[in-house]
Amino acid sequence: MRTFALRKLTNLAMTGLCAVALVGAFIPLTSVLYLVISKGASGLSWDFFTALPKPVGEAGGGIGNALVGTLYMVGLACLIGLPLGVGAGVFLAERGDGPLGNTVRFMAEVLSGVPSIVIGIVAYAMVVIPMHHFSALAGSVALAIMMIPGLARASEELIRVVPGSLREASLALGVTNWRTSFFVILRTATAGVVTACLLAVARAAGETAPLLFTALNNQYWNFSPVQPTASLTVAIFNYAISPYEDWHAKAWTAALVLLMLVGLLNVASRALTRNRLKGAR
Amino acid sequence: MVGRPEQDETSRAALGDRAYYSVLWVLGALVLVVAGIIVLNLSLVSRPLLAVTSPWAFVAGDNWDPVTQQFGALPFIYGTVVTSVVSIAVAVPVAVGLALFITQFSAPRLAPIFSIPVELLAAIPSVVYGLWGLAVLIPWLRTTVEPFLGRTLGFLPFFRGPPIGFGYLAAGLVLAVMILPTIVSVSVEVMKTTPEAQREAALALGATKWEAVTWSVLPHSRAGIVGACLLGLGRALGETMAVTMLIGNARNISLSLFAPGYSLPAVIANEFAEATDAVHVGALAACGLLLFAVTFILNAAARWLVSAVQRGPARVST
Repeated sequence: MRTFALRKLTNLAMTGLCAVALVGAFIPLTSVLYLVISKGASGLSWDFFTALPKPVGEAGGGIGNALVGTLYMVGLACLIGLPLGVGAGVFLAERGDGPLGNTVRFMAEVLSGVPSIVIGIVAYAMVVIPMHHFSALAGSVALAIMMIPGLARASEELIRVVPGSLREASLALGVTNWRTSFFVILRTATAGVVTACLLAVARAAGETAPLLFTALNNQYWNFSPVQPTASLTVAIFNYAISPYEDWHAKAWTAALVLLMLVGLLNVASRALTRNRLKGAR
Repeated sequence: MVGRPEQDETSRAALGDRAYYSVLWVLGALVLVVAGIIVLNLSLVSRPLLAVTSPWAFVAGDNWDPVTQQFGALPFIYGTVVTSVVSIAVAVPVAVGLALFITQFSAPRLAPIFSIPVELLAAIPSVVYGLWGLAVLIPWLRTTVEPFLGRTLGFLPFFRGPPIGFGYLAAGLVLAVMILPTIVSVSVEVMKTTPEAQREAALALGATKWEAVTWSVLPHSRAGIVGACLLGLGRALGETMAVTMLIGNARNISLSLFAPGYSLPAVIANEFAEATDAVHVGALAACGLLLFAVTFILNAAARWLVSAVQRGPARVST
């Protein structure tokens, strides 16, 4: 009888411990979100989104150039990274069962764990060294390389979800293989693939390390791909490690803007997934 | 009569197929090309370092001075290892508990809700974690945690020294938060592949829920959980921004977790943009190459373990 009570007690204790682990994840999350919102919200203003940064001590000023720089570089990275990443995903889903497919899949999984700072060095070697100066293009190349492996695996999974009966129906109607693959299978998987792309974009927008010595930074507006460019994340880093109080405040507000941007992309991808599921029913 | 046009049509279709699948083949092979580009560029950029120092002196030397061309990366390697070990020690029990809670102890319908905080933690950019660490973690460690640890566990060399806040402990703790989502989500995936019949058999024999976990779920998913931890370790080794902001950036090697240190990603982040001569850039790229090699091996091992569990024991043994 005593052992039975002991066993029940152990069960209760371990269940409790596992529930406590939930709290362990919840405390840092709420702490981060609470601080970013409470410390960042007061700095939000029209100027903050549109103005250039001002020197220390001067009131006002914003991060307009950094915001535009992030959007610009992420956009450029999408032009390179999304087609290549999704294309590799289509390859894995359609032709990925041979030895080449297995190698590519394995490599994509392993590469998605490569530290982002290492990718920064690679982009530096590929773009900054030949061009002899830091540039938005170098930053975008780094972000694009970061996107490809993860996106390839994610879009493969989402394309494989498409029922095989659709392919058979299309082939039975005499449609060629490639038309079936492109206009039936890919068309059906579009919502899923867009979801994967949005998540990849959200990840790229939050990257700092690969931009530090590729895009560097810029105090002014820049729309040229061959000039150094400011970004939201590098701005947060520089403001955060500075010794000035009002720059710290700017870091929090910029962090709030970044979280809103990343959150928006995540919410959009979730909404898409939900619609797709509804459509399937 | 109809033979000819039909033949034309099929040959055109075959051509379309061939073109389409060739393009796909190129796009797929591109992933391998990216891997090649990474290795090639890292080796090329780090090559000038070999003119000044040997690989052994680079890994084992503890003096790093770009001015006199001394490049010993040991303090950075040490800091990277120590912060990662701290983060794994803190994160693994929490992550495994959380994964068990999500898959075994919560009502199945509520499980997706409990994984939301985990997904949110994964979505927060690392520079924001660094900012949070500066504002919350550092003051808390300096005023509360480190003095407390010093009083209670001060007989151990790891918990001695002045409470500064910046140091291995701060970086390790923020890393623990950052790798938690990776370990939880992979562990959940692995635990989900436990055959339901095994668990039900345990419960039918009168096992409590926890006993069912220790009899069926944990033995089945042990290798996969180890894989999840290796993935988390890989992330911890290469994480840059939060560590750079919290580790203190001091080139020393200290047993005390309270002491400020340095890490491989942090030294790349801090010095790369200012490095002017090829040898200094080469030394930093060599740090990157080292990181790449270690994370590559860790990730490969982790993926192998996880997929072995997901495929099931029957095929692993063959």
